[in-house]
Amino acid sequence: MKNMKPLTRGLALLLVGLVVGYGLGLGLHLLAAGRVNFTASSAGLFSLLIGVILFFYGLLGYRTTTRALVWQTVGTLLGALFVTGIRAVMGLNLIDANYIFTEPAWVFGGLVGVVSFVLGHGVADDWIKMARGQDVPEHRADAPGWEKFYGPSLDHKVIGIQYTVTALILLIVGGTFALIFRTELAQSGLQFLTTNFKLFNQNGLQFYNSLMSLHGMIMIVSILLGIAGLMNYLVPLLIGAHDMAFPRLNAFSFWIAPPAAVLLLASLILGGFDTGWTGYPPLSAKAPIGMQMFFLGVFVAGWSSILGGLNLIATVVRMRARGMTAFRMPIFVWASIATSIISLTATQLIGLSFQLVMFQRLFGMGFFDPGKGGNPVLFQHLFWFYSHPAVYVFILPGLGVVSELLPVFVRKPLFGYRWIAMSSLGIALVGFLVWAHHMFTSGMNEYLRVPFMYSTLLVAVPTGVKFFSWVATIWNGKIETPTPMLFVLGAVVVFLMGGLSGPPNATVSTDLHLHDTYWIVGHFHDTLFGGFVFPFFAALYYWFPKATGRRMNETLGKWHFWLMTPSFFVLSLGMMRIGLLGMRRRIADYDPLQGFDATHLVLTIAAFAIALSVLIFIINLVTSLKRGEPAAGNLWNSRSPEWQVSSPLPAHNYDAPFEVVGEPYDYGLPGSKYVEFAKK
Amino acid sequence: MRHFVIVGVLVILAAALTYFGLDAIGLMPVSASAQAGSPTQVGSIDWMWNLQVIAMSFLFALIVIPLLYSLIVFRRRKGDTTDAEYIEGNTALEITWTIIPLFTVIAFAYMGAYSLGKVRSVDPQAMVVNVTASQWAWSFEYPDYGIVSNELHVPVDRQVLLRMQSRDVIHSFWVPEFRVKQDIVPGRVTELRVTPTLAGTYKVRCAELCGTSHFSMEGPVVVSAEAEFAAWVSEQQALAATAPPEIKGEALVKANGCLGCHSVDGTRLIGPTWRGLFGSQVQLSDGSTVTADEAFLTESIKEPSATIVAGFETQIMPVVPLTDEDIANIIAYLKTLK
Repeated sequence: MKNMKPLTRGLALLLVGLVVGYGLGLGLHLLAAGRVNFTASSAGLFSLLIGVILFFYGLLGYRTTTRALVWQTVGTLLGALFVTGIRAVMGLNLIDANYIFTEPAWVFGGLVGVVSFVLGHGVADDWIKMARGQDVPEHRADAPGWEKFYGPSLDHKVIGIQYTVTALILLIVGGTFALIFRTELAQSGLQFLTTNFKLFNQNGLQFYNSLMSLHGMIMIVSILLGIAGLMNYLVPLLIGAHDMAFPRLNAFSFWIAPPAAVLLLASLILGGFDTGWTGYPPLSAKAPIGMQMFFLGVFVAGWSSILGGLNLIATVVRMRARGMTAFRMPIFVWASIATSIISLTATQLIGLSFQLVMFQRLFGMGFFDPGKGGNPVLFQHLFWFYSHPAVYVFILPGLGVVSELLPVFVRKPLFGYRWIAMSSLGIALVGFLVWAHHMFTSGMNEYLRVPFMYSTLLVAVPTGVKFFSWVATIWNGKIETPTPMLFVLGAVVVFLMGGLSGPPNATVSTDLHLHDTYWIVGHFHDTLFGGFVFPFFAALYYWFPKATGRRMNETLGKWHFWLMTPSFFVLSLGMMRIGLLGMRRRIADYDPLQGFDATHLVLTIAAFAIALSVLIFIINLVTSLKRGEPAAGNLWNSRSPEWQVSSPLPAHNYDAPFEVVGEPYDYGLPGSKYVEFAKK
Repeated sequence: MRHFVIVGVLVILAAALTYFGLDAIGLMPVSASAQAGSPTQVGSIDWMWNLQVIAMSFLFALIVIPLLYSLIVFRRRKGDTTDAEYIEGNTALEITWTIIPLFTVIAFAYMGAYSLGKVRSVDPQAMVVNVTASQWAWSFEYPDYGIVSNELHVPVDRQVLLRMQSRDVIHSFWVPEFRVKQDIVPGRVTELRVTPTLAGTYKVRCAELCGTSHFSMEGPVVVSAEAEFAAWVSEQQALAATAPPEIKGEALVKANGCLGCHSVDGTRLIGPTWRGLFGSQVQLSDGSTVTADEAFLTESIKEPSATIVAGFETQIMPVVPLTDEDIANIIAYLKTLK
């Protein structure tokens, strides 16, 4: 084992762990339930946990991430045992035949596990020392090489990459879930997710619902981490700061996300849940234990968002370079500010709404139980108060990337810079007043629907400003189309489709037909692909050389684009088509008499084509890390400060501070400069 | 200037092509209610939708055509490394494309509100049907005629007022051909008004995720001429009065959604099948075996969690409010399932 490469050793130990954990879980289930069940939840849980822990042990030895996962596992077990002990004193039942521990034990254990992860990882060590009155160094040097990515690095660029890679991993997990249920949907009738299917204490239908629900939330967390990655990596570089305002808080904000992801994935294994990512009670009040793991996971992931937003606002307000007045900030910074205002102030509401259902389940508090004077519709108000603004959190940074990259590739100033900057803020603020358009059929007060229709349609105005300004930027430019620009153009058109399919949902009378159909599914996949996925890939192709000093392969990049874009159009337009004709959301099977079989088959093929294109991207990413063409200079001929120095940047970024002496996007203005570096 | 003229013409052409193309494909299912209406019936949902399609087609062309045109006409020529013309912006243009969309969306919101008013218009003579939704079935009670059915039968051109209640979680009443949709929230009655206009057989499809078998929560909706509807009503009334116990039992299991989980043909669903159940030996999850007789079946209906059949660990059957006579009728029906 000793002379193997770390990755090979990790993979070998992964296999060992999967088998050992499976045996252990099987045995525990036998003890708890008195019978053998080869697809038991405990077998799956222990198999995966021990497998992953041994993988990291092989990779890193017993430190940082490995230790964190061990502590999370042990913490969860101890927390669960603690509650089980209390239950023993109270004379309540101690064992659940299917999940070993009872629900309260799992919830408390999950919470203790998250805290244990953070303590075990070491990301909070400095704070603990400070609390004890011990000295901590102002800066902490990172381990050399790739190992720093597993540890509590304080460098915003390392943290940005940690976020981005975690986002990509979750993108693959969430995408795989989609492929599984998309395969089931290829044909009407149940093919493999049938009632005879048994896994993790779920039959095929229940497993379908769990996968569908988790696809939603895993993708949302992936997007939140993806935009956090972009903002973390880019904003300090763009404003000339040496790091984020609070580097330790920054590291903490990232490292709270992996234990949340563990909880979300555990929800699938602990019985799953069948509510969709929205978790509406009373259905969520009745769902299996997986529901609680899901609530807890989202609750914890929310901290990452809130603290990240706080850090980013403080950074932009306090740490801009000399001369960088508000209207000389790069446009991506404006988008990041708008996004961070939402994530700082609205995320609490989804945490709260989920917490109330958790308490309803644990303590019998009937917040949403009509039998106890509660109201199920109240949950929807609380939930959407975050979850609608959240979609602007997802898309605003992506739209910022579009605005940032367009001028570089058309060699013209960004048309109407101030208007685009203000439109981001406008979208963010109007976004707070539109949540109830998700509830036009919910049975809320009938008259409330009209003001929410007006406020929702208003969002079209600032969004329109962006589109018109983009077109005016491109108009008469000298347009080049390397891979990042292709993805930017893809983003504009796909987001346009998402934008245009929005107003019919905002208009109450048409929404009565459209609500909860595949039309909506197509609509929001358009907004999220156009507002996040396409710009995210554009940003990765564009800034990869900045982070690594090498560029990604153009040919593979074009394959990625030209495979993904048409496939995505087929997917989203096909979804909208059958949605209008009567295909409901979130169904495991559909009525063959509706005649959707052929379309669904095409949709499934398109989904696999998108997966293949992402696979091409991953291959490109991994091979370019080592073998990509070296690109240390100003590859895209950009005016932005980060491209004026050679790639990759060292810790604390620029050797000498820069001063802003011009406008950011004055392409075509001879002799103009955006920044000037101080002489060393 | 030449560029603007060409693009202007192309935008108009593309918008027209998109709109008429979409119209020719036919985007909506057949319209079967006054609320759905038609593109020419002012205030109806299909009228509103048609306006939306016009707006979508125009805006799509307005953005995509200049974009494609720029990509082709203004592309960078080989060997050209210079920057493009320095144009920072144009405040008058920005104000224009803020103000015009602002008034457009206000106009659309106004028309949307007008259309909502039309869709909600009340006919005091509407026929009341009490709808009960449960995991995973629909049941319709006609208080005027004293009948209960798992099919919704309605006459054409008479407004129906659906008073809807849920027995467990949130469901949503949606017949795509009627367009309108309304959630059914536990603990209260929600209402929906529909005026069917086209005779035919449709399906009500639950639109709000309601758990494991949400996909199968569909029920027949029959719209027929007034005379046929009256005939159906009297047939149902006669059936309810004179039917033997097993027929009443069959109606009960259909109306209460039992068949969402229990098959009558031996198929394994969420719960055990009923085929050949009566009188058989049933293995329970605690390892014991019982005979499925009247006493066992009565207990299983009244108290679903008392005993659980081996292999069906997930306990989800609700307690359904049934009288002893109802249960006796259901057992009579079970006896016929050999």
